[in-house]
Amino acid sequence: MLDPITLSVIQAGLMQVCDEMDLTFSRAAFSPVIAEANDRSDGIYAAADGALIAQGSGGLPVFVGTMQYSTRVLIERIAAGITAPPEPGDTYIVNDPYLGGTHLMDVRFARPFYRDGRIFCWLSNTGHWPDTGGAVPGGFSASATSVEQEGLRLPPVKLFKRGEMDREIYQIICSNIRVADQRIGDVKAQAAALSVGEERLAALLDRYGDDTVRAAIAELRTRAARQMRAFIATIPEGPHRSVAWVDSDGVVNEPLAIRLAVTRAGDDLVFDFTGSSPPCAGPMNSVEATTLSSVYLAMRHIFPELPISAGAFEPVKVTGHRGTFLDAHYPRPVSGCAAEVSQRIAEAVFAALVDALPDRVTAAPAGTSGNFALGGHDPERGSDYVMYQLSGGGYGGNADHDGLANGCSTIGISKAPPIEIMEQKFPVLYRHYRLREGSGGAGRHRGGLGLDYEVELRRGMARASFVMDHGRFGPQGALGGADGAPNRVVVTRNGHEETPEHLSKAQDIPLAPGDRVRVETPGGGGYGDPLTRDPEAVAEDVRLGRHTRDAARALFGVVLTGEPPRPDPEATRTLRAERTRGAADPQHA
Amino acid sequence: MGEAEPGLVAGIDVGGTFTDLVLMDPATGAVRLAKVPTTPANQAEGVLAALDAAGADLSRVDLIVHGTTTTTNAVLERKLARTGMITTAGFRDVLELGRRTRPAPYGMVGRFVPIIPRDLRLEVAERMDAAGDAVVPLDEAGVAAAGRALLAAGCESVVVHFLHAYANPAHERRAGEILAGLWPNGHVTLGHALLSESREFERGVTAAVNAAVQPLLERYVARLRTELAARGYAGDLLVMNGNGGMVSARTVAREAAKTVMSGPASGVMAAAHIGRRAGVPDLITYDMGGTSTDVALIRGAEPPVSNEIEVDYALPIHVPMVDVRTVGAGGGSIARVNAAGLLEVGPESAGAVPGPICYGRGGADPTISDANLVLGRLDPDKLPSAAGGPARDAVAAVFAERLGAPLGLDAVAAAEAVIRLANVKMAGAIRMVSVSLGADPRDFTLLAFGGAGPLHACALARELGIPRVLVPGRPGITNALGCVVADLRHDFVTTLNMALDRLDEDRLAQVFAGQAAEGAALIGAERVAIRAVRHRFSLDMQFIGQTHLLRVDLDGPDVDRNTLRRKFAEAYFARFRVDLGEGRAAVVNANCSVIGERAGLDLSRLIAPSGRKATLEEARTGQRDCRFAGQWHPTPVYWRDHLPARFTLTGPAIVEQMDCTILIEPGDRVEPDADGNLIVTIGGGDA
Repeated sequence: MLDPITLSVIQAGLMQVCDEMDLTFSRAAFSPVIAEANDRSDGIYAAADGALIAQGSGGLPVFVGTMQYSTRVLIERIAAGITAPPEPGDTYIVNDPYLGGTHLMDVRFARPFYRDGRIFCWLSNTGHWPDTGGAVPGGFSASATSVEQEGLRLPPVKLFKRGEMDREIYQIICSNIRVADQRIGDVKAQAAALSVGEERLAALLDRYGDDTVRAAIAELRTRAARQMRAFIATIPEGPHRSVAWVDSDGVVNEPLAIRLAVTRAGDDLVFDFTGSSPPCAGPMNSVEATTLSSVYLAMRHIFPELPISAGAFEPVKVTGHRGTFLDAHYPRPVSGCAAEVSQRIAEAVFAALVDALPDRVTAAPAGTSGNFALGGHDPERGSDYVMYQLSGGGYGGNADHDGLANGCSTIGISKAPPIEIMEQKFPVLYRHYRLREGSGGAGRHRGGLGLDYEVELRRGMARASFVMDHGRFGPQGALGGADGAPNRVVVTRNGHEETPEHLSKAQDIPLAPGDRVRVETPGGGGYGDPLTRDPEAVAEDVRLGRHTRDAARALFGVVLTGEPPRPDPEATRTLRAERTRGAADPQHA
Repeated sequence: MGEAEPGLVAGIDVGGTFTDLVLMDPATGAVRLAKVPTTPANQAEGVLAALDAAGADLSRVDLIVHGTTTTTNAVLERKLARTGMITTAGFRDVLELGRRTRPAPYGMVGRFVPIIPRDLRLEVAERMDAAGDAVVPLDEAGVAAAGRALLAAGCESVVVHFLHAYANPAHERRAGEILAGLWPNGHVTLGHALLSESREFERGVTAAVNAAVQPLLERYVARLRTELAARGYAGDLLVMNGNGGMVSARTVAREAAKTVMSGPASGVMAAAHIGRRAGVPDLITYDMGGTSTDVALIRGAEPPVSNEIEVDYALPIHVPMVDVRTVGAGGGSIARVNAAGLLEVGPESAGAVPGPICYGRGGADPTISDANLVLGRLDPDKLPSAAGGPARDAVAAVFAERLGAPLGLDAVAAAEAVIRLANVKMAGAIRMVSVSLGADPRDFTLLAFGGAGPLHACALARELGIPRVLVPGRPGITNALGCVVADLRHDFVTTLNMALDRLDEDRLAQVFAGQAAEGAALIGAERVAIRAVRHRFSLDMQFIGQTHLLRVDLDGPDVDRNTLRRKFAEAYFARFRVDLGEGRAAVVNANCSVIGERAGLDLSRLIAPSGRKATLEEARTGQRDCRFAGQWHPTPVYWRDHLPARFTLTGPAIVEQMDCTILIEPGDRVEPDADGNLIVTIGGGDA
């Protein structure tokens, strides 16, 4: 019988193993996307079925839960004789989206962890490689129509055999990806992280005993499920419905719907995606592992106290996604799943549950990674380059406060690069980089402001590509709050302004020196009735240029007077009373 | 202690709760101590009270070194001077946009208040590019107009922050000249002057913090100097910087941002000094107080310095500061049982107010400190508010009800569980700090200080496989001691951005020579006796294609490319355990620290020799039952100041002193060293 202290201590010990793997991976990795942006995750998975035992607390949110699917598929393929059986010291590499993955750039390593000659568990990690081949550098094609155009797809194969790297497999990989000479730094880091995990996990087992740790893992799983069920019990039965929209798939210019009904069924919470759009021609498909993981990450945003373990997500049932674009199969292109579709799934979860959990859930955040890629040739340096500008947007208002301005994507935690570093590396000049005024959705607590920037090409020819979203509709307001401003892209070529046909997605728009790209990212959704917003807060927004004086009146029903502006209490009361009556009057409805 | 002799040195540290003072006679090593409440409204009152409490005759004090939290508190609470910013057109929101982050990975919420509000951030036409070429000329009339507008808006301080000013500061300098003609005081900060590195958000925040705390620090220091002079003090007042060095109060405000986070830095400086004297140069410092726990890793008795400290969410201050990491809450961390039926300790904290239950200030949640009380480790009669505080039984009742019942444990077992889990988590956090710096904690000695550090140190050391714990003479006033022992110090960073195989060795030598000369001039201008000037040279390097930097320490200013290549490879492997011999390296920054070493102070009389008893038995004040590993142990209690000069003691034991309680677990062995530090050798077993 396990005492509760040993249980907590082993839980902390398992987390420590994963955190040290995360740390090792980030610190040793070559690529900034892993080393600085922490686009990686490490965890421990069950020997029998790959179920998630523990995952590092610093992993990128989008990886919550994904590696348990890839590990499960690996175990199944080994059992079926498709993949070679493991031996001590082996490490498999896999990035196939359809085998429990995300997009091709997320490369997973999995290593069996042995105790007394038998597999005790699996250690696995994911790192976002800067490139895995395909039509466009970096892999985010806005218009791919099959996965082959997106890059090299690896089924699980042993990159390390009995501790030694298989040079032949490595050469095949390097021959199919860009900037291959730098990848060895990431491969070594990714493998080193697993080795640290082995060392630390062995120390934990030596200290507490294999049987005790095994029993603790089982008990922790049960307890985590109990914790989630305690949260679920606070949610009314429902159904709680929502719809969230992806602008287009990048190929066919029509919106894709995510239709969600969340229902509490006994102890479980069922997420039903029936009625969502069918698989699409362009890269905005999701694969099952990413869809499930997106629901989990949304739930963890709502309940950050939950441990990241299979138990916590046991009571979360996802259904109705089969046959929709949320469960695409080979050869559908999927490069938008992890960066964009995942965020729209999370938005659907937030929008469905905000009425039921108004203190926990926010109005919709910007919900796009804002990927702008510029590839070209710099004649001054005589070299080619690919520049990425990922950007943030406004967060949704919430029960306690206004949304944060320029926050990171729902699925990420990485910092954006400084303008000065971008201008050092690439032949561009930023004309401005500022808050996007007026973009936060009106509400009792308004949405946070998005970002507004404009980049000018200084030298050489280049091509601009965009994989963004929320260009058609802004992030959803909640409980009477207004939507945030939609994403907006304007390309100025030879003095003429144009907006991409797909609004937020475009591929290879040619640019000449002097041409410009302006991006305005979404503001967050507003929370609660704007007519109940504190007039002083509205006045401050006007003073600080977040909204105009006209908007104060039109959106918030606040009459301002003087300079600097102060609310006129009497006029505001009157105006708001009129508005409230107008809203209640069926003639106006 | 006799009459104060001429030439005394006073170290005064203002902490959140207490103002501590160490008054030392360098000639004899004689020491006086004082601990008085901090006076938050005007810290100078507490400082003077501390001097009074120690009976200091200011006419006989040569040097007062002061660690202040004036700027720290101002920044964290945003109680700043009204400050304006003049910046490049199109970029006034850089300070508010940050690097598109959020406070925590999970939870799409958070607030952020920029250091300077948007209506006081004005734009002027000007633009440099990354090469330092002017793309748009400076609108000089615009600068003057913006300056006047900010004055009209009531600004007391102003910062000029232009893009790429690190590459070419001409526009910032010119704007500075224009402002000098119209600004009524000296509070004009130029972004590049404080930090000449690329990254506009970090440089801008650093400059903005500097501008916004400068008037506050200047006023505070001026007031204190006046008060001290009125009491007969004729010497210089020195102020601690976050880099662990001290600078004259006459000039400290110019780079006021450097004083933010000086408190933790001085503790680490003291630790390094103690370790150097004790012959223990490799230390992990473990400073656990009521509200936070700070950890630093010292190698070769040199405190680590980093240029990339973030003092709060989205508040990077990129000037060199001692690399102290806050790894968690302190004695006030709250324990609870979650919905999974699992015990959790932290991250919520009862803080200083209301604090733990046992402080009797209205705290109702069970904390780490309360658990120590229930287990007999703290003496209920010696708690800060013992008079009105709840008795041990009342605290135990809370443990039984809130934690014991859901866990199926009695109050004592619940309290033990809290301590066990808290120690495991703190040990994990310390491991993360050392691993992130490429170190194995087992190669270090744990130096415990702060009010609560010595209570947990032995258990943590055991958990981490650390063989030895050092508890200094006065663990509760280590920061003040850091002020007394600190050296003069100036750090310089110059951005080079050169590929290693194209490194201009002559240029590097010139940069280092220039930095060294500037440091020597600054140290020469301080009126403090030093015995030597020491230099530390280093380079920040990276592989081309990477963005994170690795500091490579150099033996001296003369380096050639081949040596550098080898040193970088060694440093890279030591830190990251990955050999990347294939990669091409680049030199990003050249750094030089110029240190004016003061005569080393004798710490052997931190505990007055006259108070020591001849035998352990005489130092013993009593006995109480303490709980270790599920059993009560009758545990002798000793008074630190009475411990003999030589003894050997095997745990369990408790050593109490004015400023903290030291817990020696069963099987651990204690001996004093020549300075009166307690050296604990960790025994085997799982306490």
